[in-house]
Amino acid sequence: MQITDKIIENHGLTKDEYKNIQKLLKRNPNLLELGIFSAMWNEHCSYKSSRIHLKKLPTKGKQVIQGPGENAGVIDIGDEDAIIFKIESHNHPSYIEPYQGAATGVGGILRDVFTMGARPIALLNSIHFGSPSHPKTKSLLNGVVSGIGGYGNCIGIPTVAGETKFNETYNENILVNAMAVGHAKKSKIFYSKAKGVNKAVVYVGSKTGRDGIHGASMASAEFNDNSEEKKPTVQVGDPFTEKLLLEACLELMRDDSIIAIQDMGAAGLTSSSVEMASKGLLGIELNLEKVPCREENMTPYEMMLSESQERMLIILEDGKENHAREIFKKWDLDFVVIGKTTNTGNLTLKYNDNLEGEIPISLLSSNAPIYDREFSKKRVPNDKIKIKDLKKIKLEDALLKILSSPNHSNKSWITNQYDQMVMCDTAQRSGSDAAVIRIHGKDKAIAVTVDSSANYCKSHPYTGGKQIVSENWRNLISVGAKPLAITNCLNFGNPENKEIMGEFAECLDGIKKACEFLNFPVVSGNVSFYNGTNKKNIDPTPVIGGVGLIKKLVQPINHIFKGSNNIIILIGKTFGHLEQSCYLKENYSIIKGKPPEVNLLNEKNNGEAVLNLINLSLISSAHDISSGGLITALSEMSLGSNFGVKIKKPKKLTSSIEYFFGEDQSRYILEIKEKNLIEVEKILQSKNIYYEKIGFTQDNNFEIEGEMKISINDLFKVNNQWYNNY
Amino acid sequence: MMNSSVIVFPGSNCDRDIAVALEKMQFKNKMVWHKETKLPKSDLIVIPGGFSYGDYLRSGAIAGKSLIIDEVIKAAKSGCLILGICNGFQILTETGLLKGTLLRNRNLKFINRDINIKVINNKTSFTSKYKLNQILKINIAHNEGNYFTDKDHLNKLKNENLIAFQYCDINGNISDQSNPNGAIENIAGIYNSKKNILGMMPHPERMVDNLISNTDGINLFASIMN
Repeated sequence: MQITDKIIENHGLTKDEYKNIQKLLKRNPNLLELGIFSAMWNEHCSYKSSRIHLKKLPTKGKQVIQGPGENAGVIDIGDEDAIIFKIESHNHPSYIEPYQGAATGVGGILRDVFTMGARPIALLNSIHFGSPSHPKTKSLLNGVVSGIGGYGNCIGIPTVAGETKFNETYNENILVNAMAVGHAKKSKIFYSKAKGVNKAVVYVGSKTGRDGIHGASMASAEFNDNSEEKKPTVQVGDPFTEKLLLEACLELMRDDSIIAIQDMGAAGLTSSSVEMASKGLLGIELNLEKVPCREENMTPYEMMLSESQERMLIILEDGKENHAREIFKKWDLDFVVIGKTTNTGNLTLKYNDNLEGEIPISLLSSNAPIYDREFSKKRVPNDKIKIKDLKKIKLEDALLKILSSPNHSNKSWITNQYDQMVMCDTAQRSGSDAAVIRIHGKDKAIAVTVDSSANYCKSHPYTGGKQIVSENWRNLISVGAKPLAITNCLNFGNPENKEIMGEFAECLDGIKKACEFLNFPVVSGNVSFYNGTNKKNIDPTPVIGGVGLIKKLVQPINHIFKGSNNIIILIGKTFGHLEQSCYLKENYSIIKGKPPEVNLLNEKNNGEAVLNLINLSLISSAHDISSGGLITALSEMSLGSNFGVKIKKPKKLTSSIEYFFGEDQSRYILEIKEKNLIEVEKILQSKNIYYEKIGFTQDNNFEIEGEMKISINDLFKVNNQWYNNY
Repeated sequence: MMNSSVIVFPGSNCDRDIAVALEKMQFKNKMVWHKETKLPKSDLIVIPGGFSYGDYLRSGAIAGKSLIIDEVIKAAKSGCLILGICNGFQILTETGLLKGTLLRNRNLKFINRDINIKVINNKTSFTSKYKLNQILKINIAHNEGNYFTDKDHLNKLKNENLIAFQYCDINGNISDQSNPNGAIENIAGIYNSKKNILGMMPHPERMVDNLISNTDGINLFASIMN
C-alpha cells in the first residue's frame, strides 16, 4: 500500500516526522509499521512536548521507592508496606462518550496500579465541566459520574475523594482525571522491564476487538466540530472482567512466576510490548495469529492498535506456564503465549509465519521525537481591584451566594453514587479535606486528596503551580497525615501555541519549587495536551493528587465542628487578598488580578505546627482555608454538624469583606476545647506561629458579631438548593 | 463454635468484608468458590454483596443458576441459616428461596450512604439480640434495592411477621421520605416462612468497627452466634 500524505496526516504525524521515520528505518514503512510509529510517537505516549520540562520535577526522597517511568509511583509507608499510586486523564474519550470514557479512565488507572503488584484500596477523581447552563453539561455530568461509579462500584474499590468543578473554559472540552491508590508489600513490587531471551510473552485478559483503534492519537489532537465522529475510537469498559483480571494477576504474583508485566493501556499491544522490551534492551517477537480476537478477520494493524480494555502482557519465567495458565483458567480469562523475547532489539510482528513488520525498538522509544517548544513567560497581572468602587453587598448575601453556587454547593448527590465503604477500611469518606483509608489489618492509615486551581494557574502559572501543591499538602495535614508524595495530571491546551507552552513550563516551575521546599516529590503522573476545541484552549489545569501517612489511626480528624463553646483559632496571617477570589467571581463576575502569593516557609511551619497539635490530640477539628476564604471555610465546618460559630470582628479591620473572603494561603481553622487552649497556645508561641483566637462554636447559629446571624438549617438549605433545582 | 461459609462468586466484592466481620465475631469461617459442588459443614451460609457474574443481565440472575447454588438451596431446605446481603439478597430472590424481586432504585442511580432501618421482628435467629423497633444506622450501596412483591405475598409478609427491617428516619418514622430506593412498604429485608433465610439490602458487615463507622451490625452476628 502506498503511504500518501493523507494517510500520514490521518495518523497524526507531521511530514517532518514521517521523513524522520524513513531516515531511521532506511526505507518506507508499511501501513502496520506506520500505525505503530504513530501510536508510539504521539504526544500521549511519547511526551514529546513535555519531557524536557518534566525532567525538572523533584522525584526523589527517602520515602520514594519508584518515581516516574513505571506504570505508577511507589512510596514507602514503613514496615513491609508500600503505596502505589497514579493519576491519569481520560478527557477526550469522556467528552465524546461520557459514561464509557469515564469508566475506562477508572479501569485504566486501576490496571496501572495492580500491574505493579498492589491491591487497589482507593479511587479518586477530579472532574471539570463547562458552565452548568451549557446545553451539554448536564448530560456529560450525569454520564461521567455514572461511569466513574459504574466501574468502581462493580469492581469493589471505594471511590473516596474528588472534586467537581464548573467553568465555561471546559464547555467544549471537559476534564476527567482518575487516580488509583494501591497497597503492596515492599518485597513484592512488579516492574515492566523484560529480562532474558526466549522468555514466553503471554497475553491475558479480555479478547481484542476493534474498539479504541487510534485512541491515543485522538487524545493527541484538538477537537473540532466533527469530534462526534470519533465515537468509535472510545473503548468500552467491562469492570467485571477487570475484577477477574485483578484477582488472577494478584494470585499469580504470590510467587516468582513473573519477570515483567505491563497493562495494555493507550496504544494497547504496541506500547506494552515496546515498553517492556525497550526497558530490558531486548527484542520481542509476536505471533499475531495467536492474539485472542473478539471479532472476525482482524488484521495485524487492528490488533496492534486496538485499545480494548482489561488486557495485560506478561513475560513469564521458564517452566511457569502451566501454573499461570491454571490460575487464569480458574478466573475464566484468556491466557495465550503470543510470542517471546529475543536478542535482536527489534519488534518483530508475524502472522502465520509471514513477517508483517519489523522495527528496531529504540526507534520507537529513545528515538521518538523530543520538542523543546517555544514558550512565552507570563507577567504578574497588575490590575488592581478597589472594593470601595464596587456596589456594596452585605456579608451574609455574599456568603450565601457562594454557598449556593454550583462550585461550592453540596456535592453529596455525586459522592452518594460512589461506593465509598466497600473494603471496610474507609475511616474518612469524601467531603472532608482528604479521605482516610486504613491499611487493612493494621492500625496505620493513608490520607488521599486531589486539588486544582485553574483560575490561579491561568492568571499566573508559576504562583498557581506553587499554590496547588501547597493546598494539597495542607489538605493532608488537616486530617492529621504527614504528606509524603504526589502524582500530577497536567491538563493543558495546545503545546504548539507558545503561550500555552509557557503556561505549562511555568506551572511546572511552580510545582517544582513547592515540591522541593515541602519535601513532597512527584512519583508519577500524566500529561494531557490539546485540551481545546477549534483553537480555543482550556485554562491550564494541573491536578495534584497527594498521599500522606497517619502512623497510628486512633480517631480520624476532620473539618466538622464537634461541640459547642469550643474555641476557634485561625492559623496564619490574613492580608485580605481578593484578586482571583471566589468572592469577586460569584458576586461580581470579576476574574482579575494575580493569585494569592504562597510563602513556602510559612506554609511549612504552619502545616508542621498543625500536624503536631493534631498528633498530640489537642484539636477537635481542623480545616484548611481555600477558595471562598475564612468565612466559607467556617461555614463548611458548621454544615454537617449542628454547631454554628460566634466570631468576633477584629478591631483593627480595614474591610470585613477582605478579612472574611480573602484567599490568603497557608491558613487553617482549628477547633479547640477550652481545656486544651493553654497547651495549644504554648506550642504555637514556641514555634513562632501567627494565630488569632477569632471566636467560639455555639449551638444552631452561624454568627459574625455585628454583621450577620443565620441558622445552620438555613445555611444547609442554601448549600443544597443548587442541585435540587438543576 | 459456629461454622460459617461465604459463597464467593467471581464478581463478589464484599466477601472479604463479611469474612472479617464473621471472624471478628468468632465464627469459624470458610470461603466457598462458586465452582465448588460441595459445601463444608455450615451453620450459616452467607451470600455476600458484589456483582456476582457482572450482573449485566439482571442482578443475581446467573448466580441463581450457578453450581454451588444447588447446594445452598439444599442446605436452606434442611434448615441451615442463610444470610443474603445486597447482591446476596438479589440472588436469593432469583433462586426462589425468597419471594419478590429487587427493582432499580426509583431515582435510577446507585445509592451509597448511611440510612436508618428499624428492627421489625426481634424473635428470629438473626435479630434476637436487638430490641424490638430498635433503630440502626447502616450503610446501603446498591443500584437495585427497590424491593417489590405482589399483594398476596406482601400480606403474608405482614401477617406472618416476615418483614425483618424497614427503612425509617432517625426517629423511627417509616415514611416515603425515609425510603431511599422506593422499596414497597420501606422493606429493607425479609425472611422466608421458616425464618431461617434472611435477605437484606443494607450491609451489616460494614457496621462492626467504630473507627470506620459504628457497631450497629454486630448484634446481627451476635444473634446468629447465640
